[in-house]
Amino acid sequence: MSEHILEFKPSEGFRARSKAVVDNPFLRQSFRGAMDFLMSKRAAQFPDSEELESLRTLGESIRQYNLAKLPTLLEQLEANLMRNGIQVHWAETPDEANAIILGICQQHRAKLMVKGKSMVSEEIELNHAAEAAGIGALESDMGEYIVQLAGEKPSHIIMPAIHKTKEEIARLFADKVEGVDYTDNVDALIQIGRNVLRQKFLEADIGLSGVNFAVAETGTLCLVENEGNGRMCTTAPPVHIAITGIEKIVEKLEHIPPLLSLLTRSATGQNISTYFNMISSPRKPGEKDGPSEVHLVLLDNGRSQAYADEQLRKTLQCIRCGACMNHCPVYTRIGGHAYGTTYPGPIGKIISPHMLGLEATSTMATASSLCGACGEVCPVKIPIPELLMRLREEAFTAPHANPAMVGQGAGYSWLMTSVWKGWAAVYRSPSLYGVATWLGSRFSWLMPSKQGAWTSVRVPLKPAPRRLRDMLKERGE
Amino acid sequence: MNARDRILSKLKAKMPSTTPALPDVAGWFATHRVVESAADKAKRFRACIELAHAEVHAVTSANWLAKLLEVLRAKQINKLLVAEETAHGDAVLNDFPRHGIDCQTYDLPIEAWKSEMFQQTPASLTVARAAIAETGTLILWPDADEPRLMSLVPPVHVVLLDAGKIYNTFFEAMQAEGWANGLPTNALLISGPSKTADIQQTLAYGAHGPKELVVLMLTEDEQ
Repeated sequence: MSEHILEFKPSEGFRARSKAVVDNPFLRQSFRGAMDFLMSKRAAQFPDSEELESLRTLGESIRQYNLAKLPTLLEQLEANLMRNGIQVHWAETPDEANAIILGICQQHRAKLMVKGKSMVSEEIELNHAAEAAGIGALESDMGEYIVQLAGEKPSHIIMPAIHKTKEEIARLFADKVEGVDYTDNVDALIQIGRNVLRQKFLEADIGLSGVNFAVAETGTLCLVENEGNGRMCTTAPPVHIAITGIEKIVEKLEHIPPLLSLLTRSATGQNISTYFNMISSPRKPGEKDGPSEVHLVLLDNGRSQAYADEQLRKTLQCIRCGACMNHCPVYTRIGGHAYGTTYPGPIGKIISPHMLGLEATSTMATASSLCGACGEVCPVKIPIPELLMRLREEAFTAPHANPAMVGQGAGYSWLMTSVWKGWAAVYRSPSLYGVATWLGSRFSWLMPSKQGAWTSVRVPLKPAPRRLRDMLKERGE
Repeated sequence: MNARDRILSKLKAKMPSTTPALPDVAGWFATHRVVESAADKAKRFRACIELAHAEVHAVTSANWLAKLLEVLRAKQINKLLVAEETAHGDAVLNDFPRHGIDCQTYDLPIEAWKSEMFQQTPASLTVARAAIAETGTLILWPDADEPRLMSLVPPVHVVLLDAGKIYNTFFEAMQAEGWANGLPTNALLISGPSKTADIQQTLAYGAHGPKELVVLMLTEDEQ
């Protein structure tokens, strides 16, 4: 893991960031409305529960089959991409990935890179690295363009600017886009973005994109999108660089239709997205457009750690639909920025510890009600609640040899562990329990009236003056 | 050891000893998707793509040129990008100039006329290889005659579709045509004009690609 990333600790300030959102009625209303909208759109796409369940089972089996063969498939993908003329690069860390991408940019003396939506590029902080190298990196997905203009990060993996109202975006455009007057008409705002970005597609030296699925047997990179900016980035500039995590791979082309159907229906409640783009080579002789060079960067960044453990490997089944966050009562209340991680919500809580280590993310797994909604809606059946429990165990039990994760035991506290051990001992032993409740009922007056966060919205916890067992005894039962 | 070898050796060291059975995708589609008649597929395709804001016109080989001209006039478009060396492109090239439509061809690599393509090309005509009824999707395989940007940059994209080439599902299309044996530089599924809901979940069309998608659905008998 790179030094650059270890400096970043999302756990620090997580409570304060969450509280700031919870205390902001506009943001809460915004997230509540957006999540309700996305949940109802998804529900409308799956009217037949039997079909949904069988498709989820198929999706799960496709992801598990492909993960079981991952190293072999990566080699097959690499061979077929190279045969097709696509150059393949491997990066273990974000710094390595940035160095590869910026190296390609520098080879071409690039000044401007236009970017399609790519959460992996957010993961490696490519925009900052490009800026430091004197290369402009411009987001071209409308939501990403808006958050970049605002100097923010995406708050949702599918709808990056979901936290912003149209009035905020109108003010942002009026302030930051030259020659633009305030308008909160959504069509007009989209046209402003379109006009700015069309000029950039025309001028850019490099187009960067993510990858939704990489097909090993054909050497094909697949992209799912609605706007056409992904197609612009992968077609108009002379060089296309794609970046993906090593897990986004399927062996067979026939694996794509079920996964695509699950992805678009779960993400935005669409039958299919407007564009499904399948790229298999750079421009061939005789063709008149398309990039003359296509590169793929395969990024590990902690994924091989998740892969090494049979249970944690299920994390890598994710197809990045965002349904888990749309249905998460915690995400709905605190929004995406509170997490401080590239991937927020339930999926963020189970993938981020592999990318950033448990030192930086130990409290994330505790920010869950374990209601199970994320696991219920996951289109590829990732057992998210089960994985959250496992991560709590990894983070909060005493450090030991050969841990499954970097930072194992980072949240361990002797005091907390002792308290829980004591609690378990009392509840396991009827006599100890009897003594504890006897003492509790006699000395309940000793309980403080201020009990931290609990009493901020509730009455203080206080043992009853008489125990249930005593009352039952009195009644002779 | 380089990054590639380090990543692969880490994965190989922990690769499961057994691989699950190959998922039965064909079996799933055989039991979960209806197989419709040609007429029903055409109807379903049309309903789905119209729901995605595309404009569909049923045409025949005898009247499609006239319908295209009517569409362009209604939209006040007097310039159309077409492909030479294709039957439909040549038909337009032979007929439209006399109706006052300026027909432009994609006869040079994009580098030679990129600004013109982006700034002065209001509409294009391409052909669809096939379509998918279940999702209202056009399948395009751009090539040297009809390059990739033709279906992306012009604000109005007109697609000629043979209604006899509509498949039930995406899976059926790729299986029937043997896509796994070879894909083009860029294969595309298009299901409507470019759109976004990134501003306050409000749907807006014409985000970056075509603002309007017009499908001329070619059938022998006008429906």
